[in-house]
Amino acid sequence: MLKFVKGYMESIEDVATYPMISLLIFFVFFVVLFIWVFTASKEHVKEMSEMPLDNHNQQNLEI
Amino acid sequence: MEVQQFYYDNKIVNNFLYATMLWGIVGLSVGLLLAFMFMFPNLTDGISWLSFGRLRPLHTNAVIFAFVGNAIFAGVYYSTQRLLKTRMFSDALSKFNFWGWQAIIVAAAITLPLGYTSSKEYAELEWPIDIAIALVWVAFGVNLIGTIIKRRQRHMYVAIWFYLGTFVTVAVLHIFNSLALPVGALKSYSVYAGVQDALVQWWYGHNAVAFFLTTPFLGLMYYFVPKAANRPVYSYKLSIVHFWSLIFIYIWAGPHHLLYSSLPDWAQNLGVAFSIMLIAPSWGGMINGLLTLRGAWDKVRTDPTLKFMVVAITGYGMATFEGPLLSLKNVNAIAHFSDWIIAHVHVGALAWNGFLTFGMIYWMVPKMFKTKLASKGLANFHFWIGTLGIILYALPMYVAGFTQALMWKDFNPDGTLVYGNFLETVNEIMPMYWMRAIGGSMYIIGACVMVYNVVITIRQGSKVEDELAEAAALTRVSKKRTAGETYHTWLERKPIQLTILATVAILIGGIVQIVPTILVKSNIPTITSVKPYTPLELEGRDLYIREGCVGCHSQMVRPFRSEVERYGEYSKAGEFVYDHPFLWGSKRTGPDLLRIGGKYSDNWHLNHMYDPQSTSSGSIMPAYQWLVRNEHDRSGIQGKMEAMVTLGVPYTEDEIANAMANMDAQATQIEKNLYTDPDFAKSYEADKKYAAENEEEFIEMRDREIVSLIAYLQRLGTDIKIKETNETLSQN
Repeated sequence: MLKFVKGYMESIEDVATYPMISLLIFFVFFVVLFIWVFTASKEHVKEMSEMPLDNHNQQNLEI
Repeated sequence: MEVQQFYYDNKIVNNFLYATMLWGIVGLSVGLLLAFMFMFPNLTDGISWLSFGRLRPLHTNAVIFAFVGNAIFAGVYYSTQRLLKTRMFSDALSKFNFWGWQAIIVAAAITLPLGYTSSKEYAELEWPIDIAIALVWVAFGVNLIGTIIKRRQRHMYVAIWFYLGTFVTVAVLHIFNSLALPVGALKSYSVYAGVQDALVQWWYGHNAVAFFLTTPFLGLMYYFVPKAANRPVYSYKLSIVHFWSLIFIYIWAGPHHLLYSSLPDWAQNLGVAFSIMLIAPSWGGMINGLLTLRGAWDKVRTDPTLKFMVVAITGYGMATFEGPLLSLKNVNAIAHFSDWIIAHVHVGALAWNGFLTFGMIYWMVPKMFKTKLASKGLANFHFWIGTLGIILYALPMYVAGFTQALMWKDFNPDGTLVYGNFLETVNEIMPMYWMRAIGGSMYIIGACVMVYNVVITIRQGSKVEDELAEAAALTRVSKKRTAGETYHTWLERKPIQLTILATVAILIGGIVQIVPTILVKSNIPTITSVKPYTPLELEGRDLYIREGCVGCHSQMVRPFRSEVERYGEYSKAGEFVYDHPFLWGSKRTGPDLLRIGGKYSDNWHLNHMYDPQSTSSGSIMPAYQWLVRNEHDRSGIQGKMEAMVTLGVPYTEDEIANAMANMDAQATQIEKNLYTDPDFAKSYEADKKYAAENEEEFIEMRDREIVSLIAYLQRLGTDIKIKETNETLSQN
């Protein structure tokens, strides 16, 4: 795939760094995402996931 | 801790729900009418505003923006208030959002049948309506963000992220794709031309699916499925990964709509790569939704709401498996332009969007009206007839797509096409069109039953427009609390930062794809023989746009032997540099028209528009008799040419000054050509005589719309046309 990108973009200066920058953005994005998810505390996740079920602030809901 | 009392705004949710049901029936009915027009092409004979080309965009817009759009607002307004434990930020903005959106829908329902269209799929509405959409959308965003800011719940549930992502991305997409230069109150030209216009359009078109039909509905899924099943989402961590990876990857996938077209290969391949990656977040989300029902499958047997939701999520899974599949170039070569795509989008629309909406309605209405659903039996009936309707719609369309695509590509041993006449391939799939219409009818019957059921439910319930609720006020975050807080928890309580990050995530893909195509000249090699359209051709092109010809006819010959054989030389990027907007199309209900220029006589075109079945036996094209009768108002041509000059089309000042004379000359020549047919001369002279005898006003042929259209059609693709031999290879 890279050869297509490069072939068309040779007219941009220093184009070789573009795919590298793209790859880095992509890689960093997902690394950060996974670190973020795996370091989240269990309690917090539990609290968050039960949010839609939180009915006690609403009256007459269960009929 | 101080407990505050406040009221949820149910009225706005109800309004959106009513609108959802009303426009749902309208949008589906227009679709059904269109489905029947495949069998009875002249069903709405002679009524220009009920012709297929003009109704098709009405159907797609009504379903996407009116039916699904109102359902999004209903669900978002319901769940946002409850997830954030507060009333919406501003009742005035809520009302503006509601009435503004309905006004836009009405404007669309009037302008599209009248032929006011930009011709860009799912963005057909003309510029004043585009501006109105932007205003209403911003009001929605302000209302949403305002509500988030005044929330009583510290952290934002994942559904809210999906809503935020939707707001930001749709705003960006809408603005960039709708950039156009107005040349009249309801007429404008896209600022992009040809390949660039196509890339921007499908970056938009694909992401309209992603960020209008998918992300808001995923937010709704993450709220309503746990609600209906009464258990938390299967994995909240997975939902976080789902959100970020989906919005990051989706935005890149647009070019898969343009495979084998004249789009530069690097952009096509980038689109393919990201489309394949997309299966991971999509299926992650689908599995997350389905597994939320773990241990609750017994409820699915008895609860109609859950039944609808299960089929909806399954439909999402099927459509998002099929999407990456269709993005593979070898699969796309078969599926593109065929009914396979129609099947694909209807699995998405009917199952995923439709059924999730229905499930949501069946769940929300009894809750808000403090009652039980009037009839579970009718809801179950709706579920079954709807599900069967989807199957009966989708399966025949898959078969039709495959059958026709393979027939298009079938060669005789001597190298000629087996089905040289396009109509043979259409006739073959007529039974499939019948089945599709039956499936669609079943789906509509189900929707009508739902409306009835909901009306009865509302009648027996009690209306609570403002629902009392209470929650503790949000206290300031203390230092102690934030100690040891992870980045993740921090972001979940920071709406602005989250919105900015989401915006950055969606902008990266757009910038990497679009900026090079627009800036790098070598991406669009110019061809010296390609010249701007003559004034008359330009006017004819506007008629082609007005009548929605692009809905059934592509102008993109892909570089396949079968297509070059059938249509002529394959399309080059440089051929479209003056096309504001591009008219490549996405569906071939009829043959490609790129190389139609010079293929038939002017008379053939006139007869064909007047009565398509007379020139092409068995054709399913409707007649366009008003084009043959109506006078063509070409007075705006100079303004149009000047607009084109602003957009970079090299018309000289002389050409603009002499535009009127130039048009007259070309039109007169076409009139002369038409006279070469004795039948035409005879009937035309008779008409003229009749008008003179009865002192009726007579419109000269050269002043009629058909002449401009013929001028355009005869020009199409001739700039680089290769000299043809006398041998007839195909008839289409």
